[in-house]
Amino acid sequence: MRRAVIAEDSVLLRMGLVKVVEMAGFEVAAEAGDAEGLLAAVEEHRPDLAVIDVRMPPGFTDEGVRAALSIRRSRPSTALLLLSQYVEERYAADLLAAHTSGVGYLLKQRVADVEEFIEALRRVADGGTALDPQVVAQLLVRRSNDPLERLTAREKEVLSLMAEGRSNAGIAAQLVVSESAVAKHINSILAKLDLPKADADHRRVLAVLRFLGVGA
Amino acid sequence: MRTTGSWQTAETGAYGEGMKIRTRLRRALTRLARDASFLALGAPLHLLVVSLLSVVVGLLWGVIGGADDSAPIVLGIVVVVTVFCVPALTVAQSWRFRRLLGIDIPRPGWRRPLRQFAYHSLAGTLFGTLEAVVVALIPVGLAVSLTTVWVYAIPWEWRIKHSGYSTQAAYLSVAGLLVLAAVPPLAAALVRLESQVVPTLLGRSREEDLARRVEDLTESRAGAVDAADAERRRIERDLHDGAQQRLVSLALNLGIAKATLLDLPPEARGVIEAAHREAKEAIEELSSLVRGLHPAVLDELGLDAALSGLAARAPLPVRLRADLPRRPPPAIEAVAYFVVSEALTNVAKHAREATRADVTVTRLGGILRVVIADDGLGGADPGKGSGLTGLAQRVRSVDGTFRMSSPVGGPTMMSVDLPCQN
Repeated sequence: MRRAVIAEDSVLLRMGLVKVVEMAGFEVAAEAGDAEGLLAAVEEHRPDLAVIDVRMPPGFTDEGVRAALSIRRSRPSTALLLLSQYVEERYAADLLAAHTSGVGYLLKQRVADVEEFIEALRRVADGGTALDPQVVAQLLVRRSNDPLERLTAREKEVLSLMAEGRSNAGIAAQLVVSESAVAKHINSILAKLDLPKADADHRRVLAVLRFLGVGA
Repeated sequence: MRTTGSWQTAETGAYGEGMKIRTRLRRALTRLARDASFLALGAPLHLLVVSLLSVVVGLLWGVIGGADDSAPIVLGIVVVVTVFCVPALTVAQSWRFRRLLGIDIPRPGWRRPLRQFAYHSLAGTLFGTLEAVVVALIPVGLAVSLTTVWVYAIPWEWRIKHSGYSTQAAYLSVAGLLVLAAVPPLAAALVRLESQVVPTLLGRSREEDLARRVEDLTESRAGAVDAADAERRRIERDLHDGAQQRLVSLALNLGIAKATLLDLPPEARGVIEAAHREAKEAIEELSSLVRGLHPAVLDELGLDAALSGLAARAPLPVRLRADLPRRPPPAIEAVAYFVVSEALTNVAKHAREATRADVTVTRLGGILRVVIADDGLGGADPGKGSGLTGLAQRVRSVDGTFRMSSPVGGPTMMSVDLPCQN
C-alpha cells in the first residue's frame, strides 16, 4: 500500500483530508501542522505522496511551497500535491521548474469534489500532474505574441486539459468529443509549437511546459 | 469668558439682589485682576525691544562719535540679543495670551522674522506704552484718592501752615476715585483691542493656516486610507482562516458522505447532494467576496500576481501587461487592484458586445498608471452606476486621477493615475 503524509494546519480540514486520502487507497503515515513537522515526517516515513497546504504557520504565506521545493531536492521520488487558498502561477512554475512529474497544484476548495480529488491524488502519485484549471487560466493571461497565439480556441482548451494532467481519454470525456479528435488536436498543437523531435510522451510534456512558461 | 458671564447672570437672577451684586462684584474684581496682570505682564514684554533699540541707537551714536572704544563690541552684543529676543518674545506673548485670556496664537517660530520684528518694535511700543499707562493709573489713582488719609501723616505744624490744602485734599481724593473707576473699563478695552489685533499681527497668516490645514488633512486622510486597508486585510485573514476553512471542511465531509454512503435512500442522497452543492457555492461566494476586499496574494506577491488572478477569473479574455520594476506602496497597490477588479466587473456586466479587455499597468516616474480598455460598444457614463462612482472616489482618496472615455460605438478606455513616491 502506498503511503502518504499530510500537512495542513487546520485540524478540522486535516481530518477530512486523511479520510479522502485513505479512500484513494493510501495509508496515511503521518500528519503535520506546519512545514517543519512535514519535513521531519517525510524524512522519517519516506512517503510516496505528500499533500501540502501552501499557507501554514508560522508566517502563513508560502511555507508549504518552500517545504515542497526542499522535499523535491532531498527526496525527488516523493509526489507532491499542493493545496492553496488562491492561485499563484509562480508557485506552480517554481514546482514544475524543479521537476515536471508527480506534481499537483490545486485550489483548496477542490477537495470538496471528492471523486475528482481522489483521481488527482492517484494521478500525481503515479507521476502525473494535476494543475487547477484556474492556474491554467491564469497562465493564459500572460501569453502574448508567442506560438500559443497560433492555437485555435479548441486547441488551447485541449492544451489546458493536458496541462491539468489529463489523459487523452479524460480530455475527450471533458470536451465531449471522440478520443481520435483529441489526438488530432494534440498533433496539431505539437506541430504549431515548433517542438523538437522526440517521443510522443516527452513532446507532450514539453508542450505543457511551454504552455506554462517554464523550462523548454 | 464673556459668554459664560452672561448666562451666569441669568442663572443667579433667581437669587436675591444681594447675591447678584456680590457675584457681580466678585466677577468684576476677578476680571480686573486678570486684565491688570495681563497688562502688567505685557508692558515689559512689549517695551523690551524698543528699549534695546534705543540702546542700539545710543551706541551707534557713540560709535559714530568715536567716544568709546568698547562701543562697537557692546553694540554687536546688544544687536545679537535683540535678534534672539524677537522669537523668544513672540513665544512669551503667545504664552501670555493663552494663559491669561485662553486665546491660542499659533507660534510662527523663526518664520517671518521681519514681521515679528516689526510687531515687537512698532506695535509693541504702542501697546507697551498704553499698558504701562493703564497699569500706572492704579497706584496713581490709589495714592491720589487716599490724599485725605495720608495727609494726616504730615506733621501738624506743616498742615496748619498750609491749611488751604486740606480742602483741596478732598477734591484730590474724589479725582483719584474717578481715576480708579476708569481703570477697569480702560483695561478691559485695551485687553479687547489686543486680543483682536495681536493674534492677526503675530500669528500665522491665513495662507499659512490653510497650508497647515491642508498638511493636516492630507496626513489624516492618508491615515484613514491606511486604517481602512488594514481593516480590509484583517477581515480577509479572518474570513480565510476562519469561515472559509470551515466551509471547505464542511464541503469535504459532505463530499465524503456523498461518495461513500451509496446505499442511502434517494431522498437522503438528494439532501446530501444539495448540501454539498450549497457548501461549494458558499465557498465560491466567500472567495469572491474576499478577493473584492483585499486578496492575500496582493500583500504576499504584489500587484502583478494579484492582477493575473483577476484577469484569469474574468468572464472574457483579458490580456494583462504589468511592468513594475519596484512594488508601489501598499495603499496604492490596494487601490490599483480595486480599480482593475471593479473595471473588469463593469466590463463583464455592462460593456455591450465586448469580446476582450486589455489591462496595462505601468510606472511613469512617480505615477502608477492603470489603463483598462475593452472593445465593447461604449456609452459608459461615470455619472451613472455606483461601481464607477465608488471607483473614482477610491482613486481620489489617494490623490489619484480618473479619466474615462467611452464614445458611443466604443471602444471604452479607463485610465487611472496613482501617485506613488516611495
